[in-house]
Amino acid sequence: MTPVLAQATEGGAAELWTFIIVGAVALGSALGLILMRNAVHAALMLVLNFLAIAVLYAVLQAQFLAVIQVIVYAGAIVVLFLFVLMLLGVSREDSLTARVPGQKTMASIVGVLLFVSLAAATAGPFLGDASVCGSEAALEGTGDGEPCLGLAAVNAAEGNLRGVGFLLFTDYVWAFEVTSVLLVIAAIGAIVLGRRREDPAELVEPGSTVLPARPGEDDAAAAPGDGAPDAGAPDAGRPDGRPDAEPSRAEGEERT
Amino acid sequence: MSVPAGYYLILAAALFSIGAVGVLIRRSVIVMFMCVELMLNSVNLTLVTFARIQANLDGQVLAFFVIVVAAAEVVVGLALVVNLFRLRASTDADGVGALRA
Repeated sequence: MTPVLAQATEGGAAELWTFIIVGAVALGSALGLILMRNAVHAALMLVLNFLAIAVLYAVLQAQFLAVIQVIVYAGAIVVLFLFVLMLLGVSREDSLTARVPGQKTMASIVGVLLFVSLAAATAGPFLGDASVCGSEAALEGTGDGEPCLGLAAVNAAEGNLRGVGFLLFTDYVWAFEVTSVLLVIAAIGAIVLGRRREDPAELVEPGSTVLPARPGEDDAAAAPGDGAPDAGAPDAGRPDGRPDAEPSRAEGEERT
Repeated sequence: MSVPAGYYLILAAALFSIGAVGVLIRRSVIVMFMCVELMLNSVNLTLVTFARIQANLDGQVLAFFVIVVAAAEVVVGLALVVNLFRLRASTDADGVGALRA
């Protein structure tokens, strides 16, 4: 272990400052994620949040998960999000106004209550002096709070990567195999769901009153209603504004 | 001048709550998915912190499985979003009133 990482993971002042800075980045990017109006900006905030959490994993003596976090989450999952955003062309401004009155207020109250209860339930016993991981107070069982034993001894024995791998292929090998089946099922499901159909009407049962919205017809149906000047552009591909479900539904009822 | 393990748990609780609020207030399905990923990550942070508290690597193995399941979930979820966009020409969750079309 490099001296810098060792200093950051052994309960010194370096760990405190790392936690303060990286924790602030994680909280700020999480708030940015839910407050950014543009979905692409939200995805970039998500990358920042994942990288901050990867740093916290490294500080928490989970080096394997820190690397996996960067590769899988920041490298693959967010790229998949951005790919879908670009594919669908929905990078325009997303309306943050709520349709239900008081939705934001109620959601914030629920969030604050959730935070208070979660923090009290999980973090309550671990706030004292003895909960500083690997400290002498923790190892000797003195001081306030539940002791935090720390992974230094476990990781020093055979390394974090070897330790996790050994558990993965002995105690958890059955779960590991089931996970491979899950990944195959997910891949097959994505292929089946992503299959392009020539006629979107195949997706609904015949005789259903709800018909899918086709972009061209949706423009024609929405144009007289709201009088949007750009709604009738033939080469737009996708309607520029957010088309409501109502015109297509009314149109479908007329047709049947 | 050092960090008790509870601070990490408080941070994880805050991230989880922010993700839950995001799922409640956002209207785009894709951003709601991102908030779900944020919640999964905060749970992973809790698992890793408890693994350190217990001096036991089992929590890290569980966090690894959570990452794998989250990857599978994102694949299927985004395929559903693409299908929804083909039907509605929009990713607004409020416009979806029925599971069938």
